[in-house]
Amino acid sequence: MPAATDAVVIDRLTVDRGGERVLDDLSCAVTGGRVTGLLGPSGSGKTTLIRAIVGTQRLRSGSVHVLGMPAGSAEARRRVAYMTQAASVYRDLSVRENVRYFGVLVGAGDAQVRDVLEQVGLTGWASALAGNLSGGQLSRVSLACALVASPDVLVLDEPTVGQDPVLREELWSDFRSRAASGTTVLVSSHVMDEAERCDELILLRGGRILDQDTPQQLRERTGTANLDEAFLRLIREEE
Amino acid sequence: MSVHLHLLAATAARVLRQARHDRRTLAIVLLVPLVLSFLLSEMFDENAQLLDRVLLQMLAVMPLILMFLLAAVGMVRERTSGTLERLMTTPAGQVDVILGYATAFGLLALVQVTVATLFSYFVLDMEVAGSLWLVLLTAVFGGLLGVSMGLLAASVSHGEFQAAQLMPATTIPQIVLCGLFGPRDQMADWLYWLSSAFPLTYVVEALEEVGRYAEPTSWYWISLGISVAFVLALLILASAKLRRRTD
Repeated sequence: MPAATDAVVIDRLTVDRGGERVLDDLSCAVTGGRVTGLLGPSGSGKTTLIRAIVGTQRLRSGSVHVLGMPAGSAEARRRVAYMTQAASVYRDLSVRENVRYFGVLVGAGDAQVRDVLEQVGLTGWASALAGNLSGGQLSRVSLACALVASPDVLVLDEPTVGQDPVLREELWSDFRSRAASGTTVLVSSHVMDEAERCDELILLRGGRILDQDTPQQLRERTGTANLDEAFLRLIREEE
Repeated sequence: MSVHLHLLAATAARVLRQARHDRRTLAIVLLVPLVLSFLLSEMFDENAQLLDRVLLQMLAVMPLILMFLLAAVGMVRERTSGTLERLMTTPAGQVDVILGYATAFGLLALVQVTVATLFSYFVLDMEVAGSLWLVLLTAVFGGLLGVSMGLLAASVSHGEFQAAQLMPATTIPQIVLCGLFGPRDQMADWLYWLSSAFPLTYVVEALEEVGRYAEPTSWYWISLGISVAFVLALLILASAKLRRRTD
């Protein structure tokens, strides 16, 4: 039974891709105003689940609701922002032009563009052509294009891959402060040390939910010292 | 399917900004028609009447080809770079994106045909009975036809290679039968009817009417109207073929 505070509600979701079952009768909910980590090995269905939440994944059956609205509906799209795993930006535009375009689509002005460039540490690169940036910088442009929307639900697919530790720290504290002010943040990752920073974790394996709990509860329940071991213990228990 | 004008305009502005960063492409778009027109004028300099007709027809044919390629490659890149998927998670709809592209490349086509028309008129001494404004108005629809066919090709194909292959497959038959290689009324019946089903035919017929008569004829307006209808139909089809949800 979904609670009133659930920002994302997924009900019996099944997705096939190229004849393979990627998500299998999956149900779960993401609590509003928190940072939720979506964890699982590659191929576990993380990106597919995320695409279903932002409304770009073709579904076989089941439903996905975001803030009470069908995922991908015009109302939902106004309140959700998505950062894809590969940096989805225009390489033949400058950094500022990229962020400004995605800002205009949701009514964000130049002040917000400036703020968000500051946040991802790209103020000095605003006029640089995105195609000339390094991989880490490029994914920060991509992140900025999602952040500029100031969405109620922020969906990030591996946002901190390849970033230097200082910036990663800053980005996580930004996610935390957004959550504190009511934004629902859903972050996928395969890095377990990032999982520790989440309020809640959804563990995905083979297209099914292995477990969902707070990091602390997961460790205590499995009697393990870290989440890596906890994940392993849960997999063994299931098998 | 509703149009959001500010999202459409923002997308058009973005596409034009991308074009601005690609000077080489802009140079090709502007210069290729001039070079081709010049070659034709040298080739047919014995037959002024034929030359006038060919130069006029080329004002529709060249934008058709170049704008097809620009629009198709632009839209395929939008998809393969992941930015289309991202756009589909924003308030922008498929119609806003397609019409944004059409507006941006339509403006580029306008610049292209303006330069080409002025060159043919003042440098190559092309003679036109009707007004140059009507030549511009009509030739732009050659470009817009290319844009809308290119966007549709990109929407239905997988990857740049397929979209590029659709260019000759869909434009060459139209170019062969549009009247460029001989008047349509001298064609075999079935070729004539086939050419009547092709949109480029009407752009070229409209241009020929401007070339032949001082005042726009009713056949001119009918041909132009049919061209506009084709462009709109292709754009609507391209929007419908652009999927928000994919596998």
